[in-house]
Amino acid sequence: MADDAIRCDACPVLCYIKPGRTGSCDRYGNHEGKLVRLDPHVVLHRALERGEAVKPFLERGREWDGTLGSHGETFVTAIGAGTTYPDYKPAPFIISSQVEGVDMVTVVTEGIFSYCGVKVKIDTDRHLGAECSTVRAQGEAVGHVTTSEYGSQMLSLGGVRHLTGGSRHEGTATCETLLNLCNGKAVELKIDDGAKVVVQAGQPPIVDGVQEERMRVGCGSATIGMFAKQWFGKVDEVVVVDDHITGVLSEHQAGKLLGVPETGIKLKGRRSTPGRYFQVAEPGTAWGGTEIDDPLTILGKFNAKKAWPGLRLLMVSTTGEHHGYFELDEDLKPKEKELPVDLRESVARIKENCEPALCTVLFMAGAGGSLRAGVTENPVKLTHSVSDAFTRVTCGGAPVYVWPGGGITFMADVTRMPQDAFGYVPTPALVAPIEFTLKLADYAALGGYVEHVRPLSSLIAKDEGRQRVAARAENPWPLESGMKPATTVKSKKR
Amino acid sequence: MRQRAQIRMLADGRRMHLHDGPIDLIVEAFGSQRAVEMAYHAASTRFVTVLDELCGELWYLRRRCSPENEWPQGAVARRMVAAAMPYAPQYFITPMAAVAGAVAEEILATMVAAVELSSAYVNDGGDIAVYLSPGEKFVVGMMERPDRRSLLGTTTLHAAEPVRGIATSGWRGRSSSLGIADAVTVLADRAAAADAAATIIANAVDLPGHPAIVRVPACELAPDSDLGDRLVTQAVGELVSEEVHHALEAGSRTADLLLRMGLIRSAALSLQGETRVVGDVGQSKMIATPLGERGYAHA
Repeated sequence: MADDAIRCDACPVLCYIKPGRTGSCDRYGNHEGKLVRLDPHVVLHRALERGEAVKPFLERGREWDGTLGSHGETFVTAIGAGTTYPDYKPAPFIISSQVEGVDMVTVVTEGIFSYCGVKVKIDTDRHLGAECSTVRAQGEAVGHVTTSEYGSQMLSLGGVRHLTGGSRHEGTATCETLLNLCNGKAVELKIDDGAKVVVQAGQPPIVDGVQEERMRVGCGSATIGMFAKQWFGKVDEVVVVDDHITGVLSEHQAGKLLGVPETGIKLKGRRSTPGRYFQVAEPGTAWGGTEIDDPLTILGKFNAKKAWPGLRLLMVSTTGEHHGYFELDEDLKPKEKELPVDLRESVARIKENCEPALCTVLFMAGAGGSLRAGVTENPVKLTHSVSDAFTRVTCGGAPVYVWPGGGITFMADVTRMPQDAFGYVPTPALVAPIEFTLKLADYAALGGYVEHVRPLSSLIAKDEGRQRVAARAENPWPLESGMKPATTVKSKKR
Repeated sequence: MRQRAQIRMLADGRRMHLHDGPIDLIVEAFGSQRAVEMAYHAASTRFVTVLDELCGELWYLRRRCSPENEWPQGAVARRMVAAAMPYAPQYFITPMAAVAGAVAEEILATMVAAVELSSAYVNDGGDIAVYLSPGEKFVVGMMERPDRRSLLGTTTLHAAEPVRGIATSGWRGRSSSLGIADAVTVLADRAAAADAAATIIANAVDLPGHPAIVRVPACELAPDSDLGDRLVTQAVGELVSEEVHHALEAGSRTADLLLRMGLIRSAALSLQGETRVVGDVGQSKMIATPLGERGYAHA
């Protein structure tokens, strides 16, 4: 018998459960050597302050305090609600609650998604890998590098082809990667012919062992363009040091337009267009994403015919994290001086405009016809109702963007969901919460399982293993009437 | 000892949910209010000891079925052995192959013996035992794949027909399968028989040695599996349609044999979107009726 298996004593079957697996009931599992009851059912409570410890939904032997039920302050998420697996029946929870006198219905189910994945935005200008390069986790292909966005590299991970279309190892590695990313855990990814990057939702990326701090506001040239007016008259020359394009104020179009005189400055590196230089230094983790610690190393000698003693020079990185102020001495050598007060503001503003570098993870999935059938007897009516914005879709209580067009394809920011909102099935596929909220009358009209609707108060009377967690303040309250759903695009009337 | 089993009415006030360890039953009886109450009382009284009875003989029930073995003591265990035994000489099968159907059957039998009902069913995770008094019928929803809630259609059981048991097996389900069928749904006279037959047919839907099929020794997944070190299916890659036909053909041959032996009434075999139906028993035939206005079944 395997040593790492544990004996479950929750019932007389006494299953031996291996790590990461569940017993024959699928309710108890071996989580890192401990026997755990899986999937507590999560109920959001609006009044609880964020950060407050998660409380048991109703402690045994204690009377219900009457705070839940009729006031729309409690929202039942699909997390841990269970699916209709293995038999076909209406969604496990169809909850009614009253919000401002209107009967609202929330249909709650955990969807099993084979068609799902994550889009990862990594705030870094660093080259992580060429577009279409394979992204690997545990050596298995789990996705690819997709079109980069401004200041960020983008990865597209998961999807049905990696989950179920390849080898079992590819499927499980993909499933584990998605699960960890969605549950806010760090994942190490290796891009073919590219970087190794540690990604965790809401955290700075760690690229080849170095943690990113800030997104630059733009390249060096763009920074010149943005701040030229603020520098004009306060300083004679500005060099914005950047790994990609280093900008020089006096040569740059923006400086020319303002009438900034030539300064005789000489940059190392390869000139692209006036005032824009490639490759002033090797990439690194110091000034502007280069390896240099002393900015003067990228300058040649000033041209004696153009430069003058006392010339004021500001050197700054594209993130504003590094800066130096110099004046030329009699030999036209730059001497470091204290940054004048009237330049401090512009340096601070560069920094202010550089947002902290983060990894963001959007879960993306499509609710298939069968999942929708758990909500209504006529699934397409739910699609129409969602696209016509009568029905609000949430994912563990978090708002979603519903992609226009057919089906219900949605995206949600995983950091806005309660902890460990995602699970998996060994298929492999991800289990994600999904809730549909709409007026009771609308629910009846679209063929909902009205006979299965139960009042919120019925949930509190039974079922241990329900967790009450604070709603996130930044999320719109899923039951709020008058609140526009996240989707704004209305479909054409059919 | 604390009461382990959970017994409660579902929110609709009509169906009863019985849960104990890995057993999860949805029970519904139809008849006079008094009759239904008595039936539910009988079912729950019987239910609370079922898991302990089974676990007392678990070592036996996990062993390969053989006519030489002694019979077990428990009523549910005996139903399991009775259902699995017809396959014992030719196939590898343990009584566990019929556990869900046997539990459903036992609870249903308890209700029917206690009181007169017009109809009743016990659904044990998709394996269903049905009782129908004359003139009654029962509509069942059928899935193509147990992990996706796609309803293939419905089938109707009529009192005049002999089918009283429905079961589904496949590699995506909760228990392991030696085959690659997404789902094999069987209609048989009793639930335990349907359960055992679904297991055997699902095992037969296979492409031995095919590289796109990932198989793992069952004991690697669950050390105490009744399947021991037999290879169970963990993943099935995309198959070309010829392969799908080939695998379904193999399963259909087995289903056909069971049909001719009188062990089943009908079977529907699904693999990667293809479905084969074997057998036809008048009105209870396994032809998927497309979902109508009220297509979903209580099951």
